[in-house]
Amino acid sequence: MTNAPSRSAIAVTGLRKSFGDKVVLDGIDLDVREGTTFSLLGPNGAGKTTAVQILSTLIGFDGGQARVAGHDVSREPDAVRAAIGVTGQFSAVDNLLTGEENLVLMADLHHLGRADGRRRAAELLDRFDLAESATKLASTYSGGMRRRLDLAMTLVGDPSVIFLDEPTTGLDPRSRRTMWQIIRELVAGGVTIFLTTQYLEEADELADRIAVLDQGKLVAVGTAEELKRSIPGGHVRLRFGDAARLGAAAAALGDVSRDDETLTLQVPSDGGVLALRALLDRLERAAIEVDELSVHTPDLDDVFFALTGHPTDAKEVVR
Amino acid sequence: MSDAVTMLRRNVKHTLRNPGALIMTVGLPVVLLLLFVGVFGGALNTGLGATPHGGGYIDYLVAGILLMTVGYGATTTAMAVNRDMTEGIISRFRTMAISRASVLTGHVVGSTVRTLVSAGLVIGVAILLGFRPTGDPVRWLATIGLLALLTLALTWLGVAVGLAARTAEGISPFTLIVQVLPFLSSAFVSPDSMSGVVRWFAAHEPFTPIIDTLRGLMLGTSVDDSGVIAVVWCVGLAVTGYLWARALFRRDPIR
Repeated sequence: MTNAPSRSAIAVTGLRKSFGDKVVLDGIDLDVREGTTFSLLGPNGAGKTTAVQILSTLIGFDGGQARVAGHDVSREPDAVRAAIGVTGQFSAVDNLLTGEENLVLMADLHHLGRADGRRRAAELLDRFDLAESATKLASTYSGGMRRRLDLAMTLVGDPSVIFLDEPTTGLDPRSRRTMWQIIRELVAGGVTIFLTTQYLEEADELADRIAVLDQGKLVAVGTAEELKRSIPGGHVRLRFGDAARLGAAAAALGDVSRDDETLTLQVPSDGGVLALRALLDRLERAAIEVDELSVHTPDLDDVFFALTGHPTDAKEVVR
Repeated sequence: MSDAVTMLRRNVKHTLRNPGALIMTVGLPVVLLLLFVGVFGGALNTGLGATPHGGGYIDYLVAGILLMTVGYGATTTAMAVNRDMTEGIISRFRTMAISRASVLTGHVVGSTVRTLVSAGLVIGVAILLGFRPTGDPVRWLATIGLLALLTLALTWLGVAVGLAARTAEGISPFTLIVQVLPFLSSAFVSPDSMSGVVRWFAAHEPFTPIIDTLRGLMLGTSVDDSGVIAVVWCVGLAVTGYLWARALFRRDPIR
């Protein structure tokens, strides 16, 4: 990854979009530097997909400005299209073609030439662990394989900016890890990634910067660390054998919330190893025995509750 | 242009991979042919009196069956376009720097070729069953030309319907129209033998002059002014289908 000051790969100011009288994006500002991973985080219906569709020239917008890879999205859509790759929420692969044919189709549409196109297809099949299924119809692929094929198709044209719209939604944990690994390799290769996700963990794993989208507005922008620090949801939960120990621990630790019925304490913490060690040291010095310890890291619900005052599931929007 | 060729190649692969569609576009007309010649042929022959040039009922029938072949072909195209839309591959194409028209052009050209092949096979089966067309090459060229024009018209309409339908089920009204209209035309019996409103409808709907023209061209009988009316209908339907499809394709793909 380069640390030199880089140019904007995606620059958006005051972006607005409504469907009928429903405002989906209500004045969004974004700045994504070249060679970084940016994650747009939000629940279903927050407007994430709409943002991707606008930036990838798929749909128009009502107000504001958007530049991608140095080109104006509404005035030079073809220049934008030549620079980007899009992998949507629902895999856009051709089910009646084999994996290899899907890739060769993309190579032909990028005018790579016959020999180059086949070489590129073979290379991507290898890289995405699809070589064995190269001659099978895409309709026979598993969910994880389809996503990998979809992403491989996106990469045929060597895009400099890649939009990934919820790339791991609906995947099993192992396929999700594989996708993450692939995405990290892409960033290492210098491309810019614009990722939407509902999972804080995913944004945390992959993104340099995260923006939280809620009801068409950005409610927070920052690094994963900055966001988590702003969220009070992270804590360590301690359970004790009796009320005496609970009382002693509460006195020793100070700033905690106490539940006498369940004999537990909640200690605000980022859940890191150093913080845990310090916590346990303090309990040890006070000679208090702990029956059970569990770490709670903030999740998307915490982020939303903290930033917007309402939990995620309350705002499923019916389209 | 090369993008359109790539898309055409894609459609040819789809057809070869999905032989069921081809079998349907050839098989259904052949079944109808057998049904009407074998089951109703005798009775209808009596009812129609002698056909204009004195041949059997099959000579009368083939033109209408060819039109239905083209109709089935267009239905297949509507389904293929709709599948592209709902599977999201068209969204992928839209975010690539390729000619927008190439996606639809690929479908239309591929479908036209496929339908003309089907029509050729149907004519072959008809000849085996006793169909005796004229040998005049000029009239055959005109027949192929009109069939191609009709295919283009119904295929563009099919493409538009495929784009407009939210799901595959949304195509069924089109399928129904394409399959029922021939029965209310001169495909199976002369409109003169029908009654009242049906007769008026059959005489004025687009398929009747098209079928009459195809029949006249293949049998070597006179075509009269139905030839001009047929061409006007075909061009009109083709332009309507094309403009409709283009407008739908340019629309934001948000549903």
